[in-house]
Amino acid sequence: MKSAISQQRFNRDGEPQTYLNNGHGLRSWFLTKDHKRIAMLYLVSVAFFFAVGGIYALLIRINLLAPNGLFESDTYNRIFTTHGIIMVFFFLVPAVPAVLGNFLLPIMIGAKDLAFPKINLLSWYLYIFGAAFTVIAVIAGGVDTGWTFYTPYSSTYSNSNVLLAGVGIFIVGFSSILTGLNFIVTVHTMRAPGLTWFRLPLFVWANYATSLVIMLSTPVLAITVSLLAIERVAHVGIFDPAIGGDPVLFQHMFWFYSHPAVYIMVLPAMGVISELIANMSKKNVFGYKLVAMSSLAIGVFGFLVWGHHLFVSTQSVYLGIIFSFLSFAVAIPSAIKVFNWTATLFKGSISYDAPMLYGLGFIGLFLIGGMTGLFVAAVGLDVHLTDTYFVIAHFHYVMVGGSLMGFLGGMHLWWPKMTGRMYPEAWARAAMVIQFVGFNLTFFPQFILGYLGMPRRYATYPPEFQVLHIFSTAGATILAIGMAITICYLIWSLKKGQRATPNPWGAAGLEWMTTSPPPTENFYETPVVTWEAYDFTVVRPEDVTGMAAE
Amino acid sequence: MSEHIVSKKVYYAIFAALLIGTALTIGAAFINLHNFNIVVALLIAAVKATLVIYFFMHVKYASRLTKLCVALGFIWLFIIVSITMTDYLTRGWFTYVP
Ligand SMILES: [Cu+2]
Repeated sequence: MKSAISQQRFNRDGEPQTYLNNGHGLRSWFLTKDHKRIAMLYLVSVAFFFAVGGIYALLIRINLLAPNGLFESDTYNRIFTTHGIIMVFFFLVPAVPAVLGNFLLPIMIGAKDLAFPKINLLSWYLYIFGAAFTVIAVIAGGVDTGWTFYTPYSSTYSNSNVLLAGVGIFIVGFSSILTGLNFIVTVHTMRAPGLTWFRLPLFVWANYATSLVIMLSTPVLAITVSLLAIERVAHVGIFDPAIGGDPVLFQHMFWFYSHPAVYIMVLPAMGVISELIANMSKKNVFGYKLVAMSSLAIGVFGFLVWGHHLFVSTQSVYLGIIFSFLSFAVAIPSAIKVFNWTATLFKGSISYDAPMLYGLGFIGLFLIGGMTGLFVAAVGLDVHLTDTYFVIAHFHYVMVGGSLMGFLGGMHLWWPKMTGRMYPEAWARAAMVIQFVGFNLTFFPQFILGYLGMPRRYATYPPEFQVLHIFSTAGATILAIGMAITICYLIWSLKKGQRATPNPWGAAGLEWMTTSPPPTENFYETPVVTWEAYDFTVVRPEDVTGMAAE
Repeated sequence: MSEHIVSKKVYYAIFAALLIGTALTIGAAFINLHNFNIVVALLIAAVKATLVIYFFMHVKYASRLTKLCVALGFIWLFIIVSITMTDYLTRGWFTYVP
């Protein structure tokens, strides 16, 4: 295979051919079938919802500055519900697969596009359509049930726009189902010649495992939401005991989706981290096969642990013990990943550029998030910790410390590939450190608050908790500043950033063997893979420096 | 996708087997086996379902991946039913005193 730099072609104006300048105007974007452009559409939409969800997070923190709360309790209910719904369904679930996965998966396997390009575009429109319903629900007054929509808040005693938001989530679920379907078929059928399953980058493995989970779990969410609607519209007794239903059934069904959804949110980020750690320490991931298989194991086990959300909801204690044990079991494949990433660093030539900082941040924060997961998975301890801030802190360490760190790390690693421009390294490192400090200051005090008994979703609290709440709000402010810096310099770099070479990091992987940004068809010649994953001996120096070899 | 051509004889044989299975189910219903009536009926039904899936739905001739997917569906069902029954049958074991 020739080096990417020698393959670069130019259009009539003498500009390098890229997917970005192949077609101009809104039409070329909104009717595109190019997976890379669809990824960019997703990036803009996901970033928008992240900002909205972030503003609602700040409103929560502002309310909790004073023991009596600054908003009405009802308003506060609607604020945290909106924060949860937007962050989970419109940011965390699609962020890594629909943006980074969409952009990279076909390139990483040497394909020209996903298997179903039109369905890929359809999935983005479904996302926007579903989002529109949810936005209308928020504008019309919001939802006050919490993002979990527990009955009877969402059924018998519902007094907010549950149905509207439910329709939005129903639709957006199909968006992720279509993405998952596309990924599965693509990985099975479109790998480049020579690219066997165990030569696939771990990011592909992680997205493949995620897609399986999406396909198997998301329909259950759709069914649950539909049943909620059927009960309200047709008065069939499903969740309402007065007409023969069972409210706990809702919790079973909801968590049958939503626990696997945790892995939908974190598995792709783990795939990103594998890439970051390997490429930033220039070593093959230690125990490649085990890391690949652990993704599948997490996916499978993730379906068998939903009952750990119901330890205090009339579930049989015996079953609670079984769910507790199964939840502990998920720690094994997660620990395999963390240990193997750490072992990869051993004697590697480690770079501390921003992507690596995010990678290391992920390992540290996910470790805390995962270990506290064991605390809340223990039946006895969870009776004390259920619905306290301990749980809030735990899953924010997994979701923000894990998924968000992974997403941002991946955005930095592949930003040159996606945009053709380098981001400013010093700013990026500074922003990462600010976010890291802000994040810990926000959520570490919440572990203590929860342990002391501060319940989640309360607008007010006893005065002795105020100090810890003020720490938390201060941290959220710092985190927001860090995020704002990142958004600013990334936008700045689109025009002013240094031009990127095909392989600025000296990284291994097919995406680094094409130009930055890639042409519409990804590769001018179909790559033939004769090397294993993360083989740094096939990295060509001229692709790194951008100077054609003499 | 290469289509596997199955001879008509196989289809007739399976059809006959299914009819025999139906007759057996009806016949077994007239014999009082106490609690085991349901077991016998389910066993016959399982055999019939296997025949349908294996021959009529062509799983016998499908790729290993398809077979795996079919098997997973049943493993899934087994897990869901067993977890549900675990809850249902053991709720009375411990009483929670608040
Ligand atoms: Cu869970």
